[in-house]
Formats: sequence, C-alpha cells, structure tokens
Amino acid sequence: MAVTALALARVRNLFAVVMLSGIFSLTAAALYVVQDAVDVAFTEAAVGAGIATVLGLATIAVTRCEAEKKLKPVAFGPLLLVLVTGAALIYGTLDMPGYGDPSAPIHGHVAPRYLAESENETGVPNVVTAVLASYRGYDTLGETTVILTAACGVLMLLGRNRQRTRKTPPRDTAA
Amino acid sequence: MNRFAILRVVAKLLIPAIMLFALYVQFHGDFGPGGGFQAGVIFAAAFILYALVFGIVTARRVAPPRLVNTTLALGVLLYAGTGFAGLLLGGNYLDYSVLAHDPVHGQHLGISLIEFGVFMTVSSAMITIFFVFAGQDIDERPD
Repeated sequence: MAVTALALARVRNLFAVVMLSGIFSLTAAALYVVQDAVDVAFTEAAVGAGIATVLGLATIAVTRCEAEKKLKPVAFGPLLLVLVTGAALIYGTLDMPGYGDPSAPIHGHVAPRYLAESENETGVPNVVTAVLASYRGYDTLGETTVILTAACGVLMLLGRNRQRTRKTPPRDTAA
Repeated sequence: MNRFAILRVVAKLLIPAIMLFALYVQFHGDFGPGGGFQAGVIFAAAFILYALVFGIVTARRVAPPRLVNTTLALGVLLYAGTGFAGLLLGGNYLDYSVLAHDPVHGQHLGISLIEFGVFMTVSSAMITIFFVFAGQDIDERPD
C-alpha cells in the first residue's frame, strides 16, 4: 500500500492515477478482510475499487488525461509542517491500546451488550447489520441523507446545465 | 461500442447475475456481510456496465432520470418514514420494536425496511452520478 501511495503522488498520468487508486482500495479491502471486518471490506471493494474507479475514468473521458502542472521544486516550509504534523499524529497513536486488546476502552462500553443481546433483541444474526440499522439508526439515516445530498449536488451542478443547453441550443451557438 | 460482439454477449450474461447478487447481498445482509449500501452499489454497477457497453443513451432509456431521481428521494423517505411509523405507533423515533406485535419481529421488519430505503437511495445516487458524468460529452453535441 505504501508503494501504491508513493506512486500515486508521483505519477503525472491521470489514467495511471485512477488505476493506482483502485489498486490502493483493493489492497485496503484485502487488509480489512485480514482484520475480519468483512462488511467494511465489502463496501471498500465495491465503492472504492469499483465505482470510484469508474467515476474517475468517466471524469477523465470528459476532461483531459494529463495533469496540467509540472512538478515544482520541493518547498521546505510546507514539508516541515507536514512532517511535524505527521510525527504528532504518530505520537498520539502510541497511547492507543494494542490491536485486538480485550481491555481496550472501546470493548468495555456498549460493545459487550451488542454482542450478547443483539440477536435476542433484533432477531438479526449479523451484529454489524443490527448495530448499523437498529442501535445506530440515526447515524445510518444521516449517512443515507449525505448520499442523497451528494447526488442532488451533482445533479444541480452538472445535470441542470445539460437541460439548459438542450432546450436552447440556437442561443448558445449565436452567442 | 456496438461492434464488440463478445463484450455485448458477456455483459448480457453478467448483468442479470450482478443484479441477482445485489438482491442476495440485500436480503442476506441480516445473516452475512452485506446490506443496503453494498447491495445498492452492486445494483448500480449492473446499470453502469450496461451503460458502458450499450451506450449512455440506451441506458437512460432503461433507467429514465425522472424514475431514478424519484427512487433517490423515496429511499430516504422510506427510511425516515419508518422512523415516523415507530413514532406514531407509540415508540421512539426509529424504534422498530413497536412495528409488529412481537418486538423481535418489529425489529426485523424495521431493519429490512430501512435497508431497502438505503438500497434505493444508494443505487439511484450511483446511477445518477455516473449518468451525469458520463453523459457530459454526449449532451454537448447538438442533436
């Protein structure tokens, strides 16, 4: 993944960038499977590797294939800022409990109750679905609304333009 | 892309399978990995494949933008409406236990309903975004 990320930052050909980001997503999905997060992996593979790649290709088909800017020489001020921020973030993760640590705070709050009771309370064997749809119903409603808003935004930005050009083509050619 | 016979035949074979798999993911989400989000994306992928192989104009005829826009909004409406149904039946907002006589059945019904709402919105959103993006160059040509 690190190699893919580095290549993503260096490559100037946008087609290669889209393909690399697809590879990155697929690797991430494989990583999620290794960590037993099958639902997340499923979503990552479908959205990140599938739809996002297709959308990127569609965008390239509409615009151009080469990035416009040439690479600038390294600016040391921003680089220093990025390095310091990254170091601070990594320092922050040192306090986090180890991966899969049963005594981590997140496993002591509501998670045991979800694991123990969700099948009896909701009749749904998949705990992820039970939490997503029932216990965290508000969150999922919000997420669905975000997707609706995204589609509306795309429609308003690009979709209405389409109707206008179709309805009044003579005026466009005259102007 | 009408000249590529192999592509067309393979796509015709694949599209029903993709749609069936999407529905499987949708309704099997209670028991295995899956749910409305993933199923919606897979379902939309079937339409996107159709649009890639048979052209965006044909695909727009199969899934008219007006219909897609309607299901886009209907999905969220179904989700929020399930919440209000719980409210009207005497429970909290998005409390599914009151939807049926048995709380467990109510939960199951509520989860199925909202997952279907998510499915509708996600698939329509993906189809809409792809159609709008991919349709740009076609619509700019005078017809």
